[in-house]
Amino acid sequence: MPKAKVTFQDIGVSVTVPAGTRLIEVSEKVGAGITYGCREGECCTCLTKVISGGENLAAPSVLEDQVLKDNMAPRGHRLACQAQIIGGEIVVKPA
Amino acid sequence: MPIAAGLTDRAVEIAPGVHWVGALDPHLRSFDIILKTANGTSYNSYVVRGSNGVAVIDTVKENFADDFFRRLESVAQYEEITTIVLNHLEPDHSGALPELLKRAPQARVYLSSRAQMMLKALLKPSGEKPPEYIPVTTDDEVDLGGRTLRFLHTPYLHWPDTQCTYLVEDGLLFTGDVFGCHFCDARLFNDTVGDFRFSFEYYYAHIMRPFREYVLDAIALIEPLVINLIAPAHGPILRHQPRDYVHRYRELATPRLFNEAKSEKTLVVFYISAYGNTRRMAEALAAGAESIGGVRVSLYDLEGGEGGIFTDLVEEADGLAFGSPTINADAVKPIWDLLSSLTTVNVKGKLGAAFGSYGWSGEAVRLIEDRLRGLKLRVPVEGLRIKLVPDASELEACRSLGEQLARHLTGRLEHREIDLAALA
Repeated sequence: MPKAKVTFQDIGVSVTVPAGTRLIEVSEKVGAGITYGCREGECCTCLTKVISGGENLAAPSVLEDQVLKDNMAPRGHRLACQAQIIGGEIVVKPA
Repeated sequence: MPIAAGLTDRAVEIAPGVHWVGALDPHLRSFDIILKTANGTSYNSYVVRGSNGVAVIDTVKENFADDFFRRLESVAQYEEITTIVLNHLEPDHSGALPELLKRAPQARVYLSSRAQMMLKALLKPSGEKPPEYIPVTTDDEVDLGGRTLRFLHTPYLHWPDTQCTYLVEDGLLFTGDVFGCHFCDARLFNDTVGDFRFSFEYYYAHIMRPFREYVLDAIALIEPLVINLIAPAHGPILRHQPRDYVHRYRELATPRLFNEAKSEKTLVVFYISAYGNTRRMAEALAAGAESIGGVRVSLYDLEGGEGGIFTDLVEEADGLAFGSPTINADAVKPIWDLLSSLTTVNVKGKLGAAFGSYGWSGEAVRLIEDRLRGLKLRVPVEGLRIKLVPDASELEACRSLGEQLARHLTGRLEHREIDLAALA
């Protein structure tokens, strides 16, 4: 299975993950500072800043896009409960 | 004397051309489940008349709509209403909105950007087409003819949608729940209702305190204004020395340790111990954390106090460690008492950890960790469970846990590379 690497800048941890993993599945396991609310892409609690490698995340769904807009999220931000890693290297930190 | 004695169905003038058209709810004893109300509450709504139109600012809880409409009708006709301002869409302020929109369909609704989704959700059951609404932010204005409403974007006080509205020419500030309290008295004004400090402070502590960063942002917008009167959505209207309440909010919301602790982090270790084993773990953890430098560690035995009194310590701490023995497969009650009383402070993103001695099954640590994550703390270091009496190597493990927590707090972590599969 293709692998990817995601780095949580706030805790200095890089994790090798299978492609297709969502950020939420990794961040909780390593204790990164991203916090979660509804876990369903509605509350925007898990807003995450993508420092680099945003192109290595699957494009946001219509729902995620709408929630990001409604919450006035700056560019380069994603919902960790929705964002799926598709390959390469990504660096993130809590918004 | 009945609380509502002397109050008629008519609106009450609070400034020339500005009326209170709210409702009193003197028999309410519990608000939103979490707040006690010794003499009930009020739902304050206001009407502002300009030469070109009339604005209604907020409404009331649905079952008090009749009171609201009677008072509104005493000072305005529905066809005169050009403007409806929604400072906060919680049902106790928007309950009469669907009916008001039917009676004044020509009115334009002004609300914050975040309130738009809530407005749609509120109007869903009515099946009505949403009214014309205009999202506004700080410095946006509505001209009522000789009178200007200017908006202040003050989110999270205490919902994402909240805003304040300033009547520029008169120096009147309509603040929604900010500066409000659950206090019911037909005399309406802060200089006539008697002492309501207990209610003002209680309301702040339970409603605004979790959002103190946003309180400070709002106060920064409010302080430069000329303020002759503050008209909140609950409780007395603040016409006597209104600025005192602004000062009090600033005082309550300002972090206590800011000046002394900006150069070091604060780790608070709470523990409780039946035979001294979890206490020894706590002491070793604290010693380990202090050895790293840049972290001030404090130890508190929960047996020496009751849950709620430690809330201040939690609010100011950067990191929190909780130590509990396991009794009957659970952490002990004083731990849960504390961990269930933290909704009044903001703990999101603080560092959390758990530890404890156990004799048999040792569930407490994992249960505490789950609760900490549920409270949105980050728990990057796995907790430590030690069977009965910690020996020298186990105390060393406690020291190491403290060191790791201190490194997290001070940003002195070594970069780690791991494989997700290893964490499963």
